[in-house]
Amino acid sequence: MRYIPHTEAERQAMMAAIGIQDIDELFAAVPADYRYPQLDLPEPMTEMEVMRELEMMAADNANLREFASFLGAGAYNHFVPAVVDTIISRGEFYTAYTPYQPEISQGTLQAAFEYQSMVAALTGMEVVNASHYDGATAVAEAAVMAVNIQRHKRRTILISPTLHPQYRQVLRTYTQGMDLKIVGDELEGHDFHALIDMCNKDTALVVVQNPDFLGKLHTPQEMQDLADAVHAKGALLAVATDPIALGLLTPPGDYGADIVTADGQVLGNGLNFGGPYLGIFAFRAKHMRKSSGRLVGETVDVDGNKGYVLTLSTREQHIRREKATSNICSNQALNALVAAVYLAAMGKHGLRKAAELSWHKAHYAAQKIDQLPAYGVANDTPFFKEFVVTCPRPVSEINQYLLEEYGIIGGYDLSQDYPELGNAMLLCVTEMNTREEIDDLVTALQEAANPQIRLEVTQ
Amino acid sequence: MKYDAYIYDLSTPGRTGVDLPEPDVPETPIPAEFVRDELPLPELSLPQVTRHYLRLSQKNYAVDKGFYPLGSCTMKYNPKVNEWSSRLPGFAALHPLQDPLLTPGAMGLMYDLQNMIAEIAGFDAVSLQPAAGAHGEFAGVLIMRAAQLARGETQRHKILVPDSAHGTNPASTAMAGFTAVQIPSDADGNVDIDALKAKLDDEVIGIMITNPNTLGLFESNIVEVCELVHEAGGLVYGDGANLNAIMGIVRPGDLGIDVMHFNLHKTFSTPHGGGGPGSGPVGVVAELAPFLPGPIVDLNDAEDAYIWKQPEQSIGRVKSFHGNFGVMVKAYTYIRMLGAAGLREVSETAVLNANYMQARILKSGNYPIPYGHRFCMHETVAQGKIPGAEDVHTLDVAKRLIDYDYHPPTIYFPLIVHEALMMEPTETEDKETIDEFLDTLDKIAEEARENADLLHQAPVNAPIRRLDEVHAARKPVLIRLP
Repeated sequence: MRYIPHTEAERQAMMAAIGIQDIDELFAAVPADYRYPQLDLPEPMTEMEVMRELEMMAADNANLREFASFLGAGAYNHFVPAVVDTIISRGEFYTAYTPYQPEISQGTLQAAFEYQSMVAALTGMEVVNASHYDGATAVAEAAVMAVNIQRHKRRTILISPTLHPQYRQVLRTYTQGMDLKIVGDELEGHDFHALIDMCNKDTALVVVQNPDFLGKLHTPQEMQDLADAVHAKGALLAVATDPIALGLLTPPGDYGADIVTADGQVLGNGLNFGGPYLGIFAFRAKHMRKSSGRLVGETVDVDGNKGYVLTLSTREQHIRREKATSNICSNQALNALVAAVYLAAMGKHGLRKAAELSWHKAHYAAQKIDQLPAYGVANDTPFFKEFVVTCPRPVSEINQYLLEEYGIIGGYDLSQDYPELGNAMLLCVTEMNTREEIDDLVTALQEAANPQIRLEVTQ
Repeated sequence: MKYDAYIYDLSTPGRTGVDLPEPDVPETPIPAEFVRDELPLPELSLPQVTRHYLRLSQKNYAVDKGFYPLGSCTMKYNPKVNEWSSRLPGFAALHPLQDPLLTPGAMGLMYDLQNMIAEIAGFDAVSLQPAAGAHGEFAGVLIMRAAQLARGETQRHKILVPDSAHGTNPASTAMAGFTAVQIPSDADGNVDIDALKAKLDDEVIGIMITNPNTLGLFESNIVEVCELVHEAGGLVYGDGANLNAIMGIVRPGDLGIDVMHFNLHKTFSTPHGGGGPGSGPVGVVAELAPFLPGPIVDLNDAEDAYIWKQPEQSIGRVKSFHGNFGVMVKAYTYIRMLGAAGLREVSETAVLNANYMQARILKSGNYPIPYGHRFCMHETVAQGKIPGAEDVHTLDVAKRLIDYDYHPPTIYFPLIVHEALMMEPTETEDKETIDEFLDTLDKIAEEARENADLLHQAPVNAPIRRLDEVHAARKPVLIRLP
C-alpha cells in the first residue's frame, strides 16, 4: 500500500510533459556512486496484515485499561471524556498544518485562542502561549526566557530538589551551551526554602514545583513569601504545577509566580507511553515580547469581523532566525486542542470534581497504608494526589508482588532519584482508582511486607 | 444559535458537561487555606461543546479536504490506519514509567523504528526522543558540540548555514551558544563552494545543510561539501525536512552527513495536527552515537529483553519520558506497509509530481522559476511575478487560490527568492488534482492581468477575509476572560 494514485498511463503522460523517458533522469544530480541503495527493511504489508501485526504488538503490553495503576510521577491516569477523541478525530483539525493562512485556519486559531484563555483562567496568569512540547521543555524555555528578560546579565537558575527529576535533566540539556549556572537541587532536604538564601544578584530565575514531585503541597502564603523573597533579589519565579490540582487549589498566578509551567497531559490527553503531551507555558503580560512559542491574538478582517491570527511572530525563528527567542516551530497544537475541549467539557464544576475526587481517594489510600505496621506515609504536610510511602523492602520487589498477585501496577520507585529516602515509592491516586482497587493495593502491600514471601526480581 | 461564538459567550452559570461519580471513599476535609476562590472556566453542556468544536473545525482547510501544496511541509495524505493503530489500548493506555518487562511491544516498536530510520538514511544509531523537527535539530547541534568538545576542539564556535536554510537552523545554532555564519548559494542553487572554503577554519563546529535544499534542488556538490567540512575538522548536519524526495534514492549518511533529524510528520505520513504534535528523531554516524539524547531502546546482554539505555556520553535528555510515542506508532505503521520498494516509489512519485508542475508552469510562462533550468526534487520554487501584472504580489496569488478552494503554497520562503511561491505536491496527489490546480494558477494569472482587484480583494470565499495582522501585534489581545 503506497497511497500513490498514478496509473501507468498517467505516469507516462507526466514524463512526456517533463520531457523525460525514465524517472531516473530526474535524479541525475544525485552522485551516481550512491544512487539507489538497497534498503534492508521488512517486506511491505497490506492494511489488513499491518492491523493484525500491530494488534499483536499492542497486546504484548500491560495496559491501564486492564491493570489498576498507582503510577504517576509526571504522567497521570485521569478521566478523558469521549467527546475529546471525537473532536480531535475531525480531519479538519488533525490534518491541517500550522495556521499560516489565517483565512482558512480560523478553527485552529480560535480553538488555540480559547485554549490560551482557559489556561490563563486556570493558572491565574495573564498570557499563555499556544504550547511547548511538554512540562520539561516548558521549564527549560522558562529559564531561557528569564535570562533574556534579564538581558543575559543574570546567569544562574536556581532549581528546587523537588522539581521533577526529568525536568531538571532537560533544563540542563537545553542550557549546556548557554554558559549558565543551574544549581540548587544538590541541597539536602526536600525543601525549597534554602533556595532563598542562595538567591542573589546573579539569579535570573528560581524554579519550584507545587504540588512538588514528592507530592507536597505548599500553602499559598508560603508560596507568596517565596515569591516576595525572590522578587526582592530581582529574580523571577517559575512554578511548575499540576493543572488538575488547579481545579481546586489556589493558582500560582495568585501567589506571585512570573512564569507558570505544567505538563498539560492531564487535561484530556491519554498516557500514550509518554507522549504526545503538551507543555503549558503562562506568564505575565509585560514579558510577552521576550516569550517563546506561538501566540494567537484577536484582530479584525477588512470588513471589521473578528478573527484570529498568529501574532508577535517577530519573536520567532522563521522571521528572526538566530535572534529568535527560541527555535521552536511545530508545537503540540492538537494536544492543546485536546486540553481546550477537555476544559470546555469538564468546565468549572467537572474539573473541580476531578480534583476533589483525586484528593479524597489519595488521602483515603494514604490513611490506610499508614496504618500498615511495615509502611509509613512520609508526607507529614498536606499533599494532593501523590505521596511518598516508605517500604520494608526494595520497591521493585514490592511492585513485582503487586503485579503478579493482584494485577496492580505499583508506584514510582524513588531509589534512583532520591536514594536518601531508602525504600520509598511515590504513589499516585486519581479519580480513576476505585475504592476496591485501593483496598486491594493495601492488602497487597501488607502481604508483600512479609519477609516469608521471596521475590526474585528479574531485572 | 451561533455555536462558533467565543466559548465563554456560550457559557451559562450552573451548567455542567461531564458528571463524575460521587466519592466511594470517606471524604478528607480540604484545608480552606489551599482552596481557590473562583475558577473562571466556562459552563457548557456536551451538545454545546460538540457543536462548538465541530463548527470551528469546519472553518479549517486540511489535507482531508483538498490539495495542500505547502512547500517544505510535505502535506501528504495521512493514512487512517495510522490513527487506528496509535489508538490501540495496548499503545495508548501505557504509562511511560511502567517496568520495561510490561511493555515489550511498545519498546520493540521503538527499537524497530530506530533501526528502520537508520537504514533508510544510512546512519548507525537513532534517538526517537525529540518532539519535533526543530527539537531534533537542536539535539543534533548539541551532539556536534559535545563531539567537538570530546575531540578537545574547544575553540570551535561557528556553524555555517546556507542562505537558503530554514529559520530553525540559525535559531538552533544560537540556542546551543554558537554563532551562525551564512554561506551564499551559487547560480545553480548549490552551496557556493568558494564561499564555503573561505569560511572553513578551525573555529567551525560544522555546517547545517538541507538536501534537497529549500530551492527544491539536490545539492550536486554534496560529497565535496562534506569532504571539505570534514577536512577542516568540522561535522555535517543534515536537515531532514526534505527527506521525502530521496528515500531509496540516496542515503544521507552515505554522502558524508554525520547527524540528521527526521520529521515523522512530513516524510512518514503522520498528521500535522494544526501545528503539532510532530516527532523529530535524530540519527548519527557511529562516531557520534555515544552523544545521542536518551534513553534509547536497546536489547539487554542476553538479547532477550528490551531495556532503556542512556548513551555513554549523552548530551542528556531533551524531553520527558520517551518522545512522542503516539506519533512513532503512526510512522511505524506507514513504513511497515510501504517497505523498501514502496518508499522508493514514494520519493520517485513526489519528484515526478513536482517536476510535472514545474514543467507546466515553465510552459505557461505565468510564474517565473529562477532555477527552472534544473530538474527539481520534491518541490519547486516559482515567483508570484506574473508578466503583465506588476502590481500583483505573491500574497495576492496565494489569497486568490483560497477562493478556488486550495491551500496556498508556502510564500516568501526561501528568503533568497523574491516573491517566492514554494510548491510541494507530494506523491499522494493524482494527476487531475495537479492539473486542475495548475489550470487555476493560469486562470489567476489571467485575472491578474485583466482585473487585479479580484486578487487584491481575495479571499472572498473563505470563512473570513484578510485579517489585520499589524493591529494584532500592535496591541495584542491574547486572552479574553469574562
